[in-house]
Amino acid sequence: MPKRIRWLPIAVALGVMLLVIGATRTAPRQSNQTPELEAVPDLPETVAQVDKFFEAAWAEQNLQPADRAPELQIYRRLSLALLGTIPSLEELRQFEADQQPQRLERWTQRILNDSRFGYYFSERLARSLVGTEGGQFLIFRRDRFTNWLRENLQLRTPYDQLVRHMIADVGLWTSVPATNFISSAFANDDVDENKLAGRSVRAFLGQRIDCAQCHDHPFDHWKQADFQGLAAYFGQVNTSPVGIQDFSNVDYKVENRKTKAQEIITPSVPFHPEWLPKTGSRREQLAVWITHPANRRFERATANRIWGLMFGKGYFDPVDGLSDPPEGKTDLLDILGADFRQHDYDLRRLIQVIAASKPYRLDSIHPTADENQVEELKAQWAVFPLIRLRPEQIIGSILQASTLATIDQNSHLLFRTIRFFRENDFVKEYGDLGENELTEQPGTIPQALLRMNSELIRDLTEASAVNSPGRISSMSPNDATCIETAYLVALTRRPTAPEIAHFTKQLQAEHKGERSNVVEDMFWSLCNSLEFSWNH
Amino acid sequence: MLNEINRRDVLSLAAAWGLSFALPPMDLRAAQKRGSERVKSLIILWMAGGPSQLETWDPHPGTKFGGEVTAIKTKTKGLEIADLYPLMAEQIQDLNVVRSLVTKEGDHERGTYMVKTGYRPDPTLRHPTLGAILETELPLAGVEIPRHIALGDSQWPSWGGFLGAEHDAFKVYNPGYDLHNMQSFRDKKSQARRLENLSVLENAFQAGRQAQAKKTLHSDAIKRALQMMSSEQLKAFKIQNESESTRKAYGDSQFGRGCLVARRLVEEGVRSVEVTLNGWDSHARNMESHRSNAAILDPAFAALMNDLRQRDLLQSTVVLCIGEFGRTPQINPLQGRDHWPTGFSCVIGGGGLKSGMVIGQTDPESAKTEPSDPILVPDLYATILKLFGIEYNKEVMTPIGRPMAYSSGKPISRLLG
Repeated sequence: MPKRIRWLPIAVALGVMLLVIGATRTAPRQSNQTPELEAVPDLPETVAQVDKFFEAAWAEQNLQPADRAPELQIYRRLSLALLGTIPSLEELRQFEADQQPQRLERWTQRILNDSRFGYYFSERLARSLVGTEGGQFLIFRRDRFTNWLRENLQLRTPYDQLVRHMIADVGLWTSVPATNFISSAFANDDVDENKLAGRSVRAFLGQRIDCAQCHDHPFDHWKQADFQGLAAYFGQVNTSPVGIQDFSNVDYKVENRKTKAQEIITPSVPFHPEWLPKTGSRREQLAVWITHPANRRFERATANRIWGLMFGKGYFDPVDGLSDPPEGKTDLLDILGADFRQHDYDLRRLIQVIAASKPYRLDSIHPTADENQVEELKAQWAVFPLIRLRPEQIIGSILQASTLATIDQNSHLLFRTIRFFRENDFVKEYGDLGENELTEQPGTIPQALLRMNSELIRDLTEASAVNSPGRISSMSPNDATCIETAYLVALTRRPTAPEIAHFTKQLQAEHKGERSNVVEDMFWSLCNSLEFSWNH
Repeated sequence: MLNEINRRDVLSLAAAWGLSFALPPMDLRAAQKRGSERVKSLIILWMAGGPSQLETWDPHPGTKFGGEVTAIKTKTKGLEIADLYPLMAEQIQDLNVVRSLVTKEGDHERGTYMVKTGYRPDPTLRHPTLGAILETELPLAGVEIPRHIALGDSQWPSWGGFLGAEHDAFKVYNPGYDLHNMQSFRDKKSQARRLENLSVLENAFQAGRQAQAKKTLHSDAIKRALQMMSSEQLKAFKIQNESESTRKAYGDSQFGRGCLVARRLVEEGVRSVEVTLNGWDSHARNMESHRSNAAILDPAFAALMNDLRQRDLLQSTVVLCIGEFGRTPQINPLQGRDHWPTGFSCVIGGGGLKSGMVIGQTDPESAKTEPSDPILVPDLYATILKLFGIEYNKEVMTPIGRPMAYSSGKPISRLLG
């Protein structure tokens, strides 16, 4: 027996190695053929509606929007927003070889069908749903929750259904993963009803009423009583040996801050009580109310968040700080929201609408804009905003830039092994914004230091037989190809004439032995450029 | 070190990059000044988790809520503190004890926000911490290292909020050791080539994007990083050259090393330093965790006070020891104390503040009443801002177009003297 046990770890290690080698070697990549356009009913009509909305706003403000961005640049944005990484050289070659009409529409679909999309996007959504904290040991399984989200993104489960599961499901956090929405709010073996109420309103209604926990909202219509009434919907939930359960005999009590007396709070909603169903547990009732088709806040909140994940900041900022829906008026969020509702609350469709809209395809270049004008243009989405990439996008891009082939589902074991060791530290050092990641922020010194001098960058920019700097410097037939390939790999574009001249001069000035150093330095510079670490 | 680059290299590299920035001369005289002539600095000892007032600065031994702790006399007349702090009992006469802090925030994150900024969490904007305000309002020429620094493993290190991420504290998670990522892994030739490349790349990218590109502060961050990498002042982060007896006095703990580094940073002219000590959240076995944390805090805090006094830095350095809240008078069934934002303590002094005062009083027999002479955090911060010569109620425009005062409080005149 002891002998067998001693062999076990070695066998496991060997197995993992074989798997990694297998995955990287025989990777059957996604079909190289041009992706077919799946018919999406009414999509062009909605996109036209969105475009009309912006064109009217630009005309009214007398703004000249930026030109359309180059397709490669748009493709880079899509890849960063939906896969968390820049496109690989392999993908770029396929993209450029595809000369059929509606290339971007088809490639958006291809990205959405890529299994990396589920992994990446479920994590982004999870942040608004269960936060980034570890939560209470044993009863909170964040991994189960994100896996569940991922599977349902792939199955195109209507989002309103998912939300109802999160709010109302009963059972174990392992076998009924949606219940982690509830168990994420446990602390010291007790459910935090306030946290659940605040988070539900932020994540599903796009509004912040957390301050109403203690006092009336300073300018919106939320009262402290509204908050407590919503919290009371979570007042009967607790853990049991069979998981998250509701105990219908329990009253929800809150201490009156003045009298210190315990008061029973009955559940109540701040508006439209007629949307509440007559039956069901408290949580089931709330779930139906939040996702009621007439509830504009739900669809507007979702539209604003997806817009935020695509652009890096919400259409309205902060992403969960929406005002009450405008009376008697429709704005962009209503257009997107109605389309979302009318098409089975399909998140992937919502993404497609935004990706095909005019603002998403505008250039970040606007030759006539000075500092004041640029703010105005940005406010109306008439120029594409420069937004700092989030830490996971930076590390995803650095890892992808270090290799020529796509790091995709087939290599994700290797990919995840690297990430396992590196991502957490990197993200922490780079400054993870956690739940509030969709805001505009400038670059910081620690980030610059990390990109310039960290071991990670060192590993990935020093030429080896398998990484991009090594392969590009050894396999390029001439200097021009070498430079162009490096630019495509790191910046998803071709170099300008002055850039070609600059690097050609450098390469030609060096002996053969020094050439790989020049390429390594070129890579370092590409990865440290503003262009690399800001979505543009 | 193999690839260390010196100041002259940086200058030549910068020239190669076409940068029109010159390293400001080190204002040695400013850093060498002593006493009240010197620029003021702030050191916050952040007690993360919320320490119990009863087992630190406000013991009530032998009373209903007193717990196991006993009290000891201090060098401040009439002031007794928990017996877990014998070294601080010898140092506290240069500080003041406030025993009546009151906030309305009993959650760690919200309480931290409240006590670090002086404002309750607001869903529409993020207020800056006190340290970030000082750093922003009082820029320092000649300091090449960050002027706002957070030492230790803090969950919510001091932040710039609406003043901008560039005013976030520079974080050093494990103080006393070499800083990460501070050295280029290439030789001078490569480094020069890289910076030259960057300027070529920047020219290409910025065409038509100048206004947006400028706002990113990307190249400023690189310049500041280069400046920092080559700065002599980096030595302030290292404690290897301190004598063994000094290091020993601060204690062999992350927090102790942090306090020593904090003193060195202040000496170098850094404006605000936050040192975090975790582990105060004693919902169970309150006494045990307070005993073990006191064994870390007492020597570190006392050595810091002693050091600042001996180096004549105390007149110019405000020291504040505070956490997000205190702990309940009642002891729960797990022998723990829970969160208590009503009547908790802090210790504050130095920088020209008066000393030897005890402000406020908590009731040893009743957990319901508010303390006498309650002190609000905004008032405490208005006091510090005024001491630093900053208009404490100055309104700044936030990015959402809402003007916001640095502090909504009023200075506590007793402390200012």
